Amino acid sequence: MALSNLLEIPAAGFNFDNATRNAALEGLFEGQKPKPMKTGTTIAGVVFKDGVILAADTRATSGEVVADKMCDKIHYIAPNIYCCGAGTAADTGKTTDLVASNLAIFSLNSGRNPRVIMAVNILQDMLYRYRGQIGANLILGGVDCTGNHLYTVGPYGSVNTMPYLSMGSGDLAALGILEDGFKPNMELEEAKQLVRVAIHAGIMSDLGSGHNIDICVITRQGVDHNRPYQESEYKDNRKVNYRYRPGTTTILTEKVVPLKLELVQETVQQMETA
Amino acid sequence: MNTRGLRSQLKDSVPVSGLCPQGQYGIQDSLRSGFTSVKNELLPSHPLELSEKNFQLNQERMNYSTLRNIQGLHAPLKLQMEYRAARQIQRLPFLQSSNLALDTLRGGDESIGFEDILNDPAQSEMMGEPHMMVEYKLGLL
Repeated sequence: MALSNLLEIPAAGFNFDNATRNAALEGLFEGQKPKPMKTGTTIAGVVFKDGVILAADTRATSGEVVADKMCDKIHYIAPNIYCCGAGTAADTGKTTDLVASNLAIFSLNSGRNPRVIMAVNILQDMLYRYRGQIGANLILGGVDCTGNHLYTVGPYGSVNTMPYLSMGSGDLAALGILEDGFKPNMELEEAKQLVRVAIHAGIMSDLGSGHNIDICVITRQGVDHNRPYQESEYKDNRKVNYRYRPGTTTILTEKVVPLKLELVQETVQQMETA
Repeated sequence: MNTRGLRSQLKDSVPVSGLCPQGQYGIQDSLRSGFTSVKNELLPSHPLELSEKNFQLNQERMNYSTLRNIQGLHAPLKLQMEYRAARQIQRLPFLQSSNLALDTLRGGDESIGFEDILNDPAQSEMMGEPHMMVEYKLGLL
């Protein structure tokens, strides 16, 4: 009710006022509608003998344009848990931030280290509540007291756990490499090589993935986040300098009007430096 | 957007008094919300609108019914009594309350969700009319 004596503050959380407006504007933009930044991506994760390795490419696209060449897709969740995100860049970033905050509150409250399964459960509830409208495809990996874990959470809240996983638009290319080369209990170097080749396959075969490869190695001893682990072979080779020298544009006329200001009031406030 | 499938959501969830026009005094604000249409007042334009409106209520109902099945009727009754008591802790008539006690009972002090970040009621830019609201609350109107 909108009577003046009953004030109804809109509820906290998402506000759907613009949905009607967007529906009405649906046909009017004709292809020029602003497109959200997506991380059409290749992300992969592998469990090895001492822990978990997460790897991702670094390209973020907005429609057909590359929006970010050095996008960071491996998000921090807890000191022992990291998460790769594919899908809408803002959604993955925000949901991982929320989960990280919730786990931080939990570990402060209880004095315990968070477990990977906690992050998975929180994400699952949150993403299911919003019925897939939050476009976040995530690969969570971490090492906790119960062992080395690798989970994937889909945008509707579906959860899968496997020793090797890949998500994003380049997931099929990466999965082919992982399926072929994965062995249980691999050594660190072997596992790093495997994910590197998997992400490389995604970069080569998928237009939504590209540029550098980032990896994050999580073990009981700690985390090693390498950005970039491997630089792209295709460097920017700009032949022309696009910066303009000062004086490139000729000045035709110049008019200077001094502003006459008069001092109206002056107050001095002593700062207490005691 | 095809809104046909959304009618089923209307009948299953806790009934809400319809989606009234968002302008002041219940009149449609043509500049901000476009022209009036019966469809807009009966059906939601976003698939999540209804489920979000009722989310808290539906969660509570589910939790109470599970609790009743496990522990017996006394458990939800006691909890509801506490919630009612906490809900009565309010400020003077015109001022918005943060409902800290109620929030804590619900477990809001240990979790962060979109309700804490987006559309914070403490930052709301809407204001009612103080004198009218006070008179209404005190029953003088």
